[in-house]
Amino acid sequence: MDQFAVKVFVRLRPSVLDPAGEATKSASIKLGADGIKSLRIGKMIEVKIEGNGENEVREKIDLLCDRLFANTVIEDYEYSLEKL
Amino acid sequence: MDNFTVGVVVFPGSNCDRDVSWALEGCLDIRTKYLWHESSDLSDVDAIVLPGGFSYGDYLRCGAIARFSPLINALDEFVKSGKRVLGICNGFQILTESGFLPGALVANKNLNFICDDVELDIVSSKGGWFNNGGEKQTIKLPIAHGEGRYHCDSDTLKKLVDNELISLRYKNNPNGSSFDIAGITNEKGNVLGLMPHPERACDEIIGGTDGLYTLKSLILK
Repeated sequence: MDQFAVKVFVRLRPSVLDPAGEATKSASIKLGADGIKSLRIGKMIEVKIEGNGENEVREKIDLLCDRLFANTVIEDYEYSLEKL
Repeated sequence: MDNFTVGVVVFPGSNCDRDVSWALEGCLDIRTKYLWHESSDLSDVDAIVLPGGFSYGDYLRCGAIARFSPLINALDEFVKSGKRVLGICNGFQILTESGFLPGALVANKNLNFICDDVELDIVSSKGGWFNNGGEKQTIKLPIAHGEGRYHCDSDTLKKLVDNELISLRYKNNPNGSSFDIAGITNEKGNVLGLMPHPERACDEIIGGTDGLYTLKSLILK
């Protein structure tokens, strides 16, 4: 069995308004950081998982992302995978 | 209809389950039974309410974890048999997360948790959930949510409009919902999800009775 460290990034789709991102952008400007054109907040999920090779692990992560980690009506996801 | 029983689902974090039960039993004399989310036996209930609250602490996304409970797994067959399911607030979020209703509910546009009475237009009579007093086209119900902004893509919205699946629209959109949507049904009409709380408007003493009809509709065939 191989073990992998997976980082999943879940983001609101560009078409979905992100009011928390807007509020944080507003606070960032108040802090004095100028030049911010856009600020959107997502989630990062770290998973350690084992399986028989990368392909099998990718299948499992795809299922998790599609069915649980992200709601694809409103969110996109991507992930990176590192063999431990 | 003497034995008609409405199952009120209890998740860890549900907090409107007793309100729903009180409204059904105390105001409408309809028998209720609490259904723990680990149960998958729905054989002795005739309709189901998914009440408001914060199932599983709203972890990950509102309703996302509840979707995997044994009870929600058993709901598919229940819905297919034509029996009625009403999802209120968090219950609506669970119904969208689990695919019984299209779209999703996301954070209110102004990020506030909104607790207020809102005026709602009855748009569709699909499923007979809102045939309130015949002529009444506008009702007033309480809302209490932080993540009640209905969102769907334009194709889904067109389908909702074309098939008359939008039951309720806000008169003054409080949360930024697409097309002012406050409640929708499935195509068959036996599943209704809405953000407002009909169970909190079932007695004049607490400000109104516009929610009575919707709860009473649970016994419709």
